[in-house]
Amino acid sequence: MRWVVDNVDVLASRTFAHLAIALPAIALSVLLAVPLGWLAERFRWLRSPLLTGSGLLYAIPSLPLFVVLPLVIGTGVRDPLNIVIALTLYGLALMVPSVADALRTLDSRVLDSANALGYGPVRRFFTVDLPLAGPTLLAGVRVVSVSTISLVTVGAVLGVPSLGLLFTDGFQRGIIAEVVAGIVLTVLLALLLDRLLVLVGRVVLPWTHQPSRPAGAAA
Amino acid sequence: MNYFADALAWIVDPAHLHGSNGILARSAEHLWYTLLAVALACLVAIPAGWYVGHTGRGRGFAVGLSGAVRAVPTLGLITLFGILLGIGLTGPMLAFVVLAIPSILAGAYAGVEAIDPAVLDAARASGMTEWQVLRQVEIPLGLPLTVAGVRSAALQVVATATLAAYVGAGGLGRYLFLGLKTQDYAQMLAGSLLVVALALISEAVFSTVQRFTTPAGLRTL
Repeated sequence: MRWVVDNVDVLASRTFAHLAIALPAIALSVLLAVPLGWLAERFRWLRSPLLTGSGLLYAIPSLPLFVVLPLVIGTGVRDPLNIVIALTLYGLALMVPSVADALRTLDSRVLDSANALGYGPVRRFFTVDLPLAGPTLLAGVRVVSVSTISLVTVGAVLGVPSLGLLFTDGFQRGIIAEVVAGIVLTVLLALLLDRLLVLVGRVVLPWTHQPSRPAGAAA
Repeated sequence: MNYFADALAWIVDPAHLHGSNGILARSAEHLWYTLLAVALACLVAIPAGWYVGHTGRGRGFAVGLSGAVRAVPTLGLITLFGILLGIGLTGPMLAFVVLAIPSILAGAYAGVEAIDPAVLDAARASGMTEWQVLRQVEIPLGLPLTVAGVRSAALQVVATATLAAYVGAGGLGRYLFLGLKTQDYAQMLAGSLLVVALALISEAVFSTVQRFTTPAGLRTL
């Protein structure tokens, strides 16, 4: 505990560095997954390359990807940008299939009604398709956020600052408290962000959370 | 792209094939870590998953535990166990088993849970004991999802076994960390490509196993 008390400033700066990598990666993967998932669902010929590509991407281990990426995009091996891009790719690998799936399984009668009411394609997508796919998207974002927060730490073995540096530094200097503090903070960040996403979901998708609904009506 | 050419040249260089730090030995170590960790995790997680799926007891606990464990950074566990248990394989192995358990547990109970209740009623109505229901109905029907869980666990461990080298164990991660220390990009990239190759092989093997473990009645044409 003494180590933690003495090094609060280190913990804070590592936490901020961690969030500076994780949050852009999560946001980017969500923002890009929606149009890509839509493309996969809309154009049949794009479907199999996008979905197979996602599956293969997920088979690439994170540390090798962190190493290979700078060679492809020309950044330094310790540049946090590599981690952001790599984790965005993983997020996409998880999200794109789930977005495509969510859009495909929408009730076609609802979509027909919207068409019949004169909704144009853009307006229908943003006011009907997207909100209806919302709960599935939210579930996907929650998985992505937990795994991203945890994977950011791997960058530390390459020297990229994050809570992971507490693991590498603690290991090299044999400070158990430092490693434990890193684990606890990483798990806490993941849980906090998850709670936040659930709350955002309740505000943005209020119809998914109606406690007064009779039990039989849910299906 | 000449980095990739260098890495491929590094891999096919016969001088890097044999010996205790050769590609054969390091790949075998990597594979051994993965098999051992996944097997140990299966021993714990599959019976537990079947129990949860069959009885429905402890479901909330299993879901919560899987979720919480997924949030735990594996590098943190590896370094923590590394300090506590010393340099070597025991620490990282323990971390890999922890890493593998959630996927396998989820696959095992989801497989049993997804079975149509009418099928289970039919099995009980024809006089099967609970043990027979589990052994002859739930386990075979749940097997594809169980194997899917083992598959994703194996993929995760193959990927993460790279980190074993960080605390002094072997495996293909050795090349990554050696290359990182000596700024030898070809070696780093070669190690990375070998891990990717192992991951793809593991995926291919499991997709075949998945096909064979799907009961004949469930196979789609």
